[in-house]
Amino acid sequence: MEQQNITAAERIKSFAYLLVFSLAVWLALTSSVEIQEVGVGIAISVVVALWLSRYYFRLGLPPFSAKRVLFLFIYLVVLGAEILKANFDVAYRVIHPKMPINPGIVVIKTGLKSDIAKMALANSITLTPGTFTLDIIGDNLLIHWINVKAEEVEGATEAIGERFEKYLKVIFE
Amino acid sequence: MLIAGAIITSTGTIFLFLGSLGIFRFPDVYNRLQAGTKCTTLGAFLTIIGVGIMQPDWFLKALLIALFILLTNPISSHALGRAACKTDVPLCEQTVTDKSQEFEDCRRQAQ
Repeated sequence: MEQQNITAAERIKSFAYLLVFSLAVWLALTSSVEIQEVGVGIAISVVVALWLSRYYFRLGLPPFSAKRVLFLFIYLVVLGAEILKANFDVAYRVIHPKMPINPGIVVIKTGLKSDIAKMALANSITLTPGTFTLDIIGDNLLIHWINVKAEEVEGATEAIGERFEKYLKVIFE
Repeated sequence: MLIAGAIITSTGTIFLFLGSLGIFRFPDVYNRLQAGTKCTTLGAFLTIIGVGIMQPDWFLKALLIALFILLTNPISSHALGRAACKTDVPLCEQTVTDKSQEFEDCRRQAQ
C-alpha cells in the first residue's frame, strides 16, 4: 500500500477524534463512572487511538465541520425512513398471495469519488426498498432490484441513487 | 417501560418472522437475500432496542449492538450477493432485465 505523508497536525487531530470516539464507546459499554473503570477506559482509548491514528487518514474521511454533522443527521433521518419503508415493502411482497415481484439486475452510475462515500452509498442502497448492491467498479454499481421501474442507466440512477447522493456529497466531499 | 419494550420486541420478531417466510417463498437467491437483509435488519434492531428499553441499565449497550448490526448487516449480505453473482447463480424466470453483461464491459474497460 502506498505510504502517505501525514503531517504532525493531522496526526494529532486524528488521534484526538479517535480518543474521543473510543472513550464514548467505552463509557456506553460499561455505563459506569467509577474511577477505576474510567481510568482503564482512558488507558485503552489512548493505546487504540495511537495505534489507529496512522490509518485514519488513509480512509479518506474529511475534516470535521458543523455543516457535515448537520447533513449527517438529516441523512440518518432520511435513511431511517427509507429503512422503515423497505421493511413494509418487502413484508407486503412476502405476505401477498401472488407475490408481486418484478425482479431484475440494473446498472447505475454515481458521481461520488472517494471510496468511503461509495461504500456508504452502496450500504444505503442495500438497506432501502427493494434494491441490493451486488458489485462496484469505478463509478458503476450493479444493483438487484425487486421491482424494476426503469431499465436504463439514467432512469435507474435517478430512482435509486439520487436521494442519498446529495447528502453523501456534502458529508464526504 | 416493560410494556413499551415488549411491544417493540414483538414488532421486531414479527419482522424477523416475515423475513424468514420470505426466504422460503421467494424464487431465487437474490430475491431471498432481499428478504433476508431488509426484514432482519429492522427485526434485529427492534428486538435489541426493545430489550434495552425493558432493562434501562442495558440501553446504551443495546444501542451499540443495534448500531453495529445496522452497519454490518448490509456488508455481509452484499458479500453473499456478490459471490452469487460472480459464480453465475441463475436468475429466476420472472426476471425482467439483466444488465450484468453491460457491467462486465465496464470491468473490461477499467482494466
